[in-house]
Amino acid sequence: MSTEQQYYIPEPSKWPLVAAASMFVTLTGLGLLLFNMTAGNDSMSGQLMFGLGLVGMAYMFFGWFGKVIEESMGGLYSNQLSVSFRKGMSWFIFSEVMFFAAFFGVLFYVRLFSVPWLSGEGAKGIAHMLWPDFSATWPLLTNPSPEQFGSPKAVIDPWHIPLINTFLLVTSSVTLTLAHHALKAGKRSLTKIYMAITMLLGFTFLALQIYEYIEAYQHLNLTLSTGIYGSTFFMLTGFHGAHVTIGCIMLTTVFIRILKGHFTADDHFAFEASAWYWHFVDVVWLMLFMLVYVF
Amino acid sequence: MSTQAADIDHGDHDHGPAKGITRWLYSTNHKDIGTMYLIFSLVMLFIGGSMAFVIRAELFQPGLQLIEPEFFNQMITMHGLIMVFGAVMPAFVGLANWMIPMMIGAPDMALPRLNNLSFWILPFAFALMMSTLFMDGGGPNFGWTFYAPLSTTYAPPSVTFFIFAIHLLGASSIMGAINVIVTIMNMRAPGMTYFKMPMFCWTWLITAFLLIAVMPVLAGVVTMMLMDIHFATAFFDAGGGGDPVLFQHVFWFFGHPEVYIMILPSFGVVSQVIPTFSRKKLFGYHSMVYAIIAIAVLSFVVWAHHMFTVGMPFVGELFFMYTTMLIAIPTGVKIFNWISTMFRGSMTFETPMLYSIGFVVLFTIGGLSGIMLALAPVDMVYQDTYFVVAHFHYVLVPGAIFGIFAAVYYWLPKWTGKMYDEGLAKLHFWVSFIGLNLTFFPMHFVGLAGMPRRIPDYPLQFADFNMIVSIGAFMFGTSQLIFVYVLIKTLRKGEPAEQLPWEGAEGLEWTLPTPAPYHSFPTPPTVE
Repeated sequence: MSTEQQYYIPEPSKWPLVAAASMFVTLTGLGLLLFNMTAGNDSMSGQLMFGLGLVGMAYMFFGWFGKVIEESMGGLYSNQLSVSFRKGMSWFIFSEVMFFAAFFGVLFYVRLFSVPWLSGEGAKGIAHMLWPDFSATWPLLTNPSPEQFGSPKAVIDPWHIPLINTFLLVTSSVTLTLAHHALKAGKRSLTKIYMAITMLLGFTFLALQIYEYIEAYQHLNLTLSTGIYGSTFFMLTGFHGAHVTIGCIMLTTVFIRILKGHFTADDHFAFEASAWYWHFVDVVWLMLFMLVYVF
Repeated sequence: MSTQAADIDHGDHDHGPAKGITRWLYSTNHKDIGTMYLIFSLVMLFIGGSMAFVIRAELFQPGLQLIEPEFFNQMITMHGLIMVFGAVMPAFVGLANWMIPMMIGAPDMALPRLNNLSFWILPFAFALMMSTLFMDGGGPNFGWTFYAPLSTTYAPPSVTFFIFAIHLLGASSIMGAINVIVTIMNMRAPGMTYFKMPMFCWTWLITAFLLIAVMPVLAGVVTMMLMDIHFATAFFDAGGGGDPVLFQHVFWFFGHPEVYIMILPSFGVVSQVIPTFSRKKLFGYHSMVYAIIAIAVLSFVVWAHHMFTVGMPFVGELFFMYTTMLIAIPTGVKIFNWISTMFRGSMTFETPMLYSIGFVVLFTIGGLSGIMLALAPVDMVYQDTYFVVAHFHYVLVPGAIFGIFAAVYYWLPKWTGKMYDEGLAKLHFWVSFIGLNLTFFPMHFVGLAGMPRRIPDYPLQFADFNMIVSIGAFMFGTSQLIFVYVLIKTLRKGEPAEQLPWEGAEGLEWTLPTPAPYHSFPTPPTVE
């Protein structure tokens, strides 16, 4: 960057194009996979294309982020760009909030309107005519049309695995903050220890969540296809789990970078962005715990 | 590797554009990306427009003439999707790319590589979406609003690819919006406070906020469709405790802010153009800003006015009716401000001004039919008739599209360094203006008389009006060829433009040389 110039403009890069193409291949592959699955085709073309797309995505992330890290470490980035990154990440998290808001909105609508209406309560209780035997409960264990949608035997007890998971995630947010303070104070070995604990807690959360899903599918007959309780339960917790997975990948990347000696006490945007993301998934979990599991 | 070579070649200084195709493929330049967006949207305008041709050819006379009803359904669906996501939205992002850095005194967008990604997703997404037309069972045939269960239980198998195309478009829009919002928040030249920003930047700031807020909701709703189709979830199936109406709620929670996404940037353009050609300051700048903010806030609480007839509780109907009518207040403020800006100004009527005045007049007509539709009791009659089609085409064609034309003619001299042919451009305006009124005005009458939308046939009594509508549509569509000719003629043999081609124009973009340099403001200008 020349001295009279205050702005940094990144040079042309192939990575955006690689990203767009990989996104296209991944999603088209996933579409093909689902298309074949539902149509009963044996073709593996979807899996192949999906896999290829994921490889492309991985290549893109390594390449693009690697390039950005290289430029950042090379001192090319101005303070202004750092602010742009921060604002960009904040707005990205806001968009994620709205994504979850859509599913929480659905849960709200189902519990307050559609299920009570189907059992004859409320302003549109006339819907009871469809299935006169149906009576509303929540969790909904018997669906309006039990022939079409099977009945879950029970739902997940909030006071076992979910409570442990709540404890794990809240603790991980605390340890991550401690890691941040340690990084800012320049205590790098302490940072590494706290980061390792955070990651361990995150991965344990994921393992328990997988265990809970297996339990639900194998023993409780609580599945995606056993009515709206299962639909909302698995979509909300599933997308949360997917976000925890992304968060874990981010934390792992940051951890490796700390091990390699990246970041300084006052410049560590990747750490902060990952931490914001992690706190965001933590808050979403608290909402889930309250609204999906407990009440 | 080629990028390595480019690194050395470019260093970190700002040079002119790279040579060859990589200039476009690997671009980090807001002008190049803006140009790609604009050209893409023009191509999409013609593809979506040719689908409208098919629709109007079928409706030229009563009876089934040219195409199967099934194909008609695919045409109306794809026409809507392509015009909304392919023509209007990318055109606005293209304008934002070109103009926002120049208007706020920045060298480029805040996140140039993200900018390129959000453009390059679009061709892929539309390739995927349009490929569904050639699949077994045909493309999407459920209308651009893709209501469940039409789009789930009764959808053609290609719906899966449609869903993923929507995901890609959503990702593109979110990235584009993040870029715009960060650029405006972080790249303004020293001294340019929010309340010194040009109106176009203000409208785009709010638009970007709306995009970031509602595009994820669209992603959510198509994901629920996907799960209902492939994993037997019960979101939109009452047999499992869900509700098909739930689809409409979630969709319109996205859909209503979306229609403001398609109009706010046009408000911005018109607020730039009218003061220029009236040679006066914009009347009521602050009230304009507050009006946009009010419209944006209200847009989140009016969605169910699209669903008055689906069976909502009475309280809901009342709530959504009143909130919807409230929108008329900030919109009225804007229209009064535009008119007051023109009042006693030294007006001239160059093409951008013609388009802007056309915008104000015709958008008002669309707004007034909007108020009629907002009344829940009478909407029972209007719902799903051509009156609705007339309404939203009056706000979108002379609203969004005229805004875009105004912007293109207004800034074309700055972009290309050449003047367009004023006579031809005016011809383009007048043929478009007459064509579009011929197309959409009679739709009010056939709609009020009860002609339903989305049906390829109609009773004999609607025949005359429909023939007029079709002739108008062919006229409006064909007149866009004049636009293409004007563009080509400007580029090939336009007269060189001055730095300030419009006498009354103000703003940082006019302080730049003509044509605008590759990197707009390498050092920030100072704003008083």
